[in-house]
Amino acid sequence: MSAVTANQYSSWRRVLSPTGNTGDAVYRVLMLLIALLMVGIVVTMVWALATESMPSIRQFGFSFLKGRTWDPIRGEFGALPFIYGTVASSVIALLISVPFSLGIAIFLVEQAPYYIARPIGFLVELLAAIPSVVYGLWGIFVLAPFLREYVQPPLARVLGWTPLFRGQITGFGLLTGGIILAIMVTPIISAVVRDVLTAVPSSQREAALALGATKWEMIRVVLVNGAPGIAGAVILGLGRALGETMAVTMLIGNRPEISASLFDPSYTIASAIANEFTEATGDLYLSALVELGLILFLVTFIVNGIARVLVWNVTRKTGGVGRAA
Amino acid sequence: MSVSKRSFQLVACLSVFVFLLIGVACTPGGGSGGSGGTVSLHGAGATFPNPLYQKWLSEHGKLHPNARIDYQSIGSGGGIKQLKEQTVDFGASDAPMKDEDLKSAPGEILHVPTVLGAVVITYNLAGVSQPLRFTPELIADIYLGKIKKWNDAKITADNPGVTLPATDITVVYRSDGSGTSAVFTDYLSKVSAEWKEKVGTGTSPKWPIGLGAKGNEGVTGQVKNTPNTIGYTELAYAVQNKLPVGLVKNASGNFVEPTIDTVTAAAAASAATIPDDLRVSITNAQGAQAYPISSFTYILVYKDQKDAAKGKVLADFLWWGIHDGESFAKDLQYAPLPAEIVKKAEAKINSMTAGGTPLRQS
Amino acid sequence: MAYSSSDRIRRATSALMTSLTALCTLLAVSALLIILFYIAWQGVDSISIQFLTDTPRPVGEGGGIGNAILGSLVLLLVSSAIGLPLGICVGIYLSEVGSGRFAGAVRFIVDTLTGIPSIVTGVFVYTILVVPMRHFSALAGGVALALIMIPIVARTTEEMLKLVPHSLREGALALGAPQWRVTMGVVLPAAAPGIATGAMLAIARVSGETAPLLFTAFGSRFFSTSLNEPIASLTVQIYNYAISPYDEWHAQAWAATLVLMTLVLGINIIVRFLTRKRF
Repeated sequence: MSAVTANQYSSWRRVLSPTGNTGDAVYRVLMLLIALLMVGIVVTMVWALATESMPSIRQFGFSFLKGRTWDPIRGEFGALPFIYGTVASSVIALLISVPFSLGIAIFLVEQAPYYIARPIGFLVELLAAIPSVVYGLWGIFVLAPFLREYVQPPLARVLGWTPLFRGQITGFGLLTGGIILAIMVTPIISAVVRDVLTAVPSSQREAALALGATKWEMIRVVLVNGAPGIAGAVILGLGRALGETMAVTMLIGNRPEISASLFDPSYTIASAIANEFTEATGDLYLSALVELGLILFLVTFIVNGIARVLVWNVTRKTGGVGRAA
Repeated sequence: MSVSKRSFQLVACLSVFVFLLIGVACTPGGGSGGSGGTVSLHGAGATFPNPLYQKWLSEHGKLHPNARIDYQSIGSGGGIKQLKEQTVDFGASDAPMKDEDLKSAPGEILHVPTVLGAVVITYNLAGVSQPLRFTPELIADIYLGKIKKWNDAKITADNPGVTLPATDITVVYRSDGSGTSAVFTDYLSKVSAEWKEKVGTGTSPKWPIGLGAKGNEGVTGQVKNTPNTIGYTELAYAVQNKLPVGLVKNASGNFVEPTIDTVTAAAAASAATIPDDLRVSITNAQGAQAYPISSFTYILVYKDQKDAAKGKVLADFLWWGIHDGESFAKDLQYAPLPAEIVKKAEAKINSMTAGGTPLRQS
Repeated sequence: MAYSSSDRIRRATSALMTSLTALCTLLAVSALLIILFYIAWQGVDSISIQFLTDTPRPVGEGGGIGNAILGSLVLLLVSSAIGLPLGICVGIYLSEVGSGRFAGAVRFIVDTLTGIPSIVTGVFVYTILVVPMRHFSALAGGVALALIMIPIVARTTEEMLKLVPHSLREGALALGAPQWRVTMGVVLPAAAPGIATGAMLAIARVSGETAPLLFTAFGSRFFSTSLNEPIASLTVQIYNYAISPYDEWHAQAWAATLVLMTLVLGINIIVRFLTRKRF
């Protein structure tokens, strides 16, 4: 750089970019602006949700979070059953899906020959493209009867002494909702974990094997290496589970009640909004539904926060792939 | 494969992408007063009459190819909302609009009844081939959770000669807000004081017991696939899915089967007492052969249309609908309007104006 | 060779775990095949040239999904054009440009966006685009779908960019390339297959969305590519048919699902082909 430009322009260029290069400055500002745009959109959404739910917030305050009654005709609204249903169905979905997704990803990356891995990978990703409505219909005609006939009775016989497996067996309920969510979330998690595992350098694998590790022990090393990426995949899957509407609402029974049994019907926030939003008349009803949406935002926030803390704890000790510059 | 060849592939695909995008972005919109005088109208609302409205739009379109009308079923409430926000030209609702909704609309809204529907009681009981008989109190008690088993004395009393199993009744209701629920709860509130006090009438009531299924098709699907279930749904869904339908005791004391004729009878019986704005509930109607859980479904339009060309097409379409359109109703399991109601609907359509001038010369 | 007992346990564990992973894959593939077969069994009879090119007709008259296929393609085009670049840029920001707590906050906010029910996004776009414009439009539909795509693309892009080894970046910088050249010319292409995964997941996700389109793109019985008009789409058509009482329409819904999945598979294959690695 000439002495002239160093004096005239370098000050603001240097502020914008550590290298002082114009291209860099433009690039950094552009990326920042786009990121700010996203933040702006989310902030606008939250603000719009907050304004719309003001009537309900003013009416119920914090008791909305603790209330268990949802009676649109009488104007009594409480969100607790929905929060419970949303969290419970997502937890069930992740408990089922994460081991499966990891298993699939490990198999496809570490064990399967290339000509099998490619098409199977495609197929699993294809699961992500099935419309939610179709999952719901398949659930009603195939999954629910299957659970009702072959899965729930044995579970009730063997584990019926626990509060988790009691109640009327209809095939619809929290368990069914959780299972369909697990099926819908698996392709997302497994596809991303596949890419994460592929990116772990072969040197790690070779080092483990050279030290005498068995195949499984080598895979464990790879998993630890990819832990932050895997966490990101799980968060994506969790996001899908929390916000999924159609398929869940067709299978979960839609009863705003909290019950310990997995066989009993339940109700998620997303289902409630989808079911009642278009028909909601009256300001209080509408704003109660919007407040439910706001609460879902909060639940997602909190769950993401917990996930982040867990990941930070793991990666703090082990380092691993995926630390940005 | 060289880097340049790969970059070429990528660039080529991106160019195709951008080219298509520009092509799409530059397509001119149709809209009213577009090429050749085509007029586009959009309506949204109730899911229940959707199949009939699609038939109407198709048949009407054959006669008037310049009128491009679309209807999307998103629910009665959604239709009302979008009509008030003026993002659609007409709405459709099973239940008539409430007073507060009408007051908060930017203009006067007319209710034009189009067809009739019936909410039927359907059930899944293996080994029971004759249609069951239900009294109003029986239905209310089942849905209140007071009667829990199929072979309860109250059920067998009305159904002599039918062997009912000793199993639990699984009750199914609509989880989504719906006009069907509104009609059903309206009927139950009329026939059961306990229901009126405990639950009330509305599109999304707090059901005392049971499972919620989404949509008429959800209820029918659940009833069809789960034994010992009872549910309520629109007649067309029960018939199409070959589900048994219960006979209901009407206000005159007869057990009436829900058919197209008994539903039309319910509307005819109410024709004398129908208010001017045509917003009425005809559940539990008088009339020997009236089916007690029947209802109108309405198309909602602004009385004063902003666009004269669009308004004319709309008024003509509605006129065609309540006359020629009724002939298609029976095949699709909708009950046509009785003649007295058609007359009143005609008056409503004739009162539509655009900037003060009536749209139709009656 | 003498194996100690702990050796045997380790080998047994390894054999067990590897067979478990194979089992997981088998189960997943079976689940998919069951669902696919069910869809195909229900819908394959309805597929014909007429079905693929005609517009919808009332019950009993046949009809097809031609305009819905075109509409879905248009919506995918618009939403990808908006969502992919924005999502990738946010990913680049989070991985390469941003730092510290602000980037952490942005990441957190983008993560939250993934959990929003699609119906809420649809209503949001309805409020800010459809109501002021006083009519539904394909553009509004594209924007709603793009909003759903962006967080997925952003997060996967960020993760994939982070996985690119630092040696590549350092090598390019050592050769004197400015930061933007390094990112655009070296890191992005290296992460391309991973980013493509994110893009494919996002596209697959939005191709299956119905609720947001009901409030933005609305639906139509006619062929249209205009961005300013409502437009048909496969998902809305499937939804309309699925909630009806008629078997004929149900069969068409299943057939349309089959078409939709073929479409997404096709896009998937094309993009994978373009972003494959040589080794």
